[in-house]
Amino acid sequence: MIFGISEHEILSIVVTAILTIVTLMGSVIMAALMIPIERRLLGLWQDRYGPNRVGPFGSLQVVADMIKIFFKEDWIPPFADKAVFVIAPAIIMFTTLMAFAVIPFTESWTIANLNVGILFLLAMSSLGVYSVIFAGWSSDNKYALLGSMRTAAQMISYEVFMGLSLLGVVLLAGSFNLGDIVESQRGMWNVIPQFPAFVIFFIAGCAEIHRAPFDLPEAEQELTAGYHTEYSGMKFGMFFVGEYLGIVLISCLVTTLFFGGWLGPWLPGFVWFFLKAFFFMCFFILLRAATVRPRYDQLMAFGWKVLLPIALLNVAITGAIVVAQS
Amino acid sequence: METTFFIAGIVALAATLRTITCANPVHALLYLITSLLAVAIDFYALGAAFAATLEVVVYAGAVMVLFVFVVMMLNLNQETVTRERHWLRPKLWVGPSVFAAILLIAMVWSMTVGGAIGGIEGTPLSANAVGMALFGPYVLVVELAAFLLLAALVVAIHIGRDERNEARWKAEHGERETTQAGEQQ
Repeated sequence: MIFGISEHEILSIVVTAILTIVTLMGSVIMAALMIPIERRLLGLWQDRYGPNRVGPFGSLQVVADMIKIFFKEDWIPPFADKAVFVIAPAIIMFTTLMAFAVIPFTESWTIANLNVGILFLLAMSSLGVYSVIFAGWSSDNKYALLGSMRTAAQMISYEVFMGLSLLGVVLLAGSFNLGDIVESQRGMWNVIPQFPAFVIFFIAGCAEIHRAPFDLPEAEQELTAGYHTEYSGMKFGMFFVGEYLGIVLISCLVTTLFFGGWLGPWLPGFVWFFLKAFFFMCFFILLRAATVRPRYDQLMAFGWKVLLPIALLNVAITGAIVVAQS
Repeated sequence: METTFFIAGIVALAATLRTITCANPVHALLYLITSLLAVAIDFYALGAAFAATLEVVVYAGAVMVLFVFVVMMLNLNQETVTRERHWLRPKLWVGPSVFAAILLIAMVWSMTVGGAIGGIEGTPLSANAVGMALFGPYVLVVELAAFLLLAALVVAIHIGRDERNEARWKAEHGERETTQAGEQQ
């Protein structure tokens, strides 16, 4: 007993602390690695080389970029609202990294085994909106404000479909806990009975982290760079890495919720999780290479007129089947 | 958990105080969001994890975003801040302070003298129990609330539509894609 805490508790605290650090470092490093992978893959799919000079196969390009971005002047425009301008990029990193806390990477590797895991994820993703809104507002720039207005509408709308699509999975597992949801997929991956939910979740997730083809908030042809027009140096870097963290997070979520998480034969659980998640990360890049950006009203109409009815129908049918079986 | 509760409680109080006294509306909203998050942590410390996450999802994540959205459009500048400061004169604090003092007295009384009479009894509810209650004994209320919200939605769309503008758009661009007219306003 030390300070009224038993050795067993201290051990569990130390293990959780180590797991937290490993997960934080792992997710940030994975997000950074996504940058050269994306550029090389885009090059491959667009019949060009991509960056191939720095290091073997251009793999050290990201290191060069990082050194450059760290030594850039940390400039805040004189007309900006300084406090909010500084907080904004921190919010997106914070909320996205917090969401990694509830993801079960293997049977024993979950930092916070919350009973309301899925709701926690939704809460974190809805808080992420503030980053973009405050960035756009505090910049005091019309392009930034337009970009953040679009984001607010887009993210609030697509959050609805994201939450609804998850209801089917929750009904099947009978729990909000992500570990239980993975366990419930031992017989069959959720992607088979919940295929519409999977498609809706993937689209909504893509819109939630505003990746191409849903990158309207930063559509460079019309809005220069959208909400981060005024940002430079490491603050811009945080938005940039935040976006890739978002890709890693959504890929991990798709793996956990619809593709059986760590479950799989022969290989250890973590390897299965990594392989599945990595497949979806590459799929995000393929989406960027292969799709065009819709117009803003098309995006909204698609969400409310197509995704919402399908999501509601999916919930109703799943609910009816679950009730009939019990 | 008790320490967490009190730390979060103090943060909630301080943030709420700043929400009221802050002259810059967006900063005030930031403080209000912080206060909501602190209240959510308080719920969590009390063992009501479901209520805590709902607080974040609904209030901090959805309602406040709409508030920020509206305030963002108001084209705020230094002038607004000065005007707001001018509005927040000490004389205005008298009325609210009296009522707040009454509340404080009531609370202190109920915690000390009234504590013997007994507080409100209850156990924290799980998501399951909330759902059962909503769609069991309270299903009529839920349906009525749904009616009300639907009516509000229809009215908002009706008021928000500008028929003249829509007619002009149709005349200029033919019949295609009237949805864009809504975008144009």
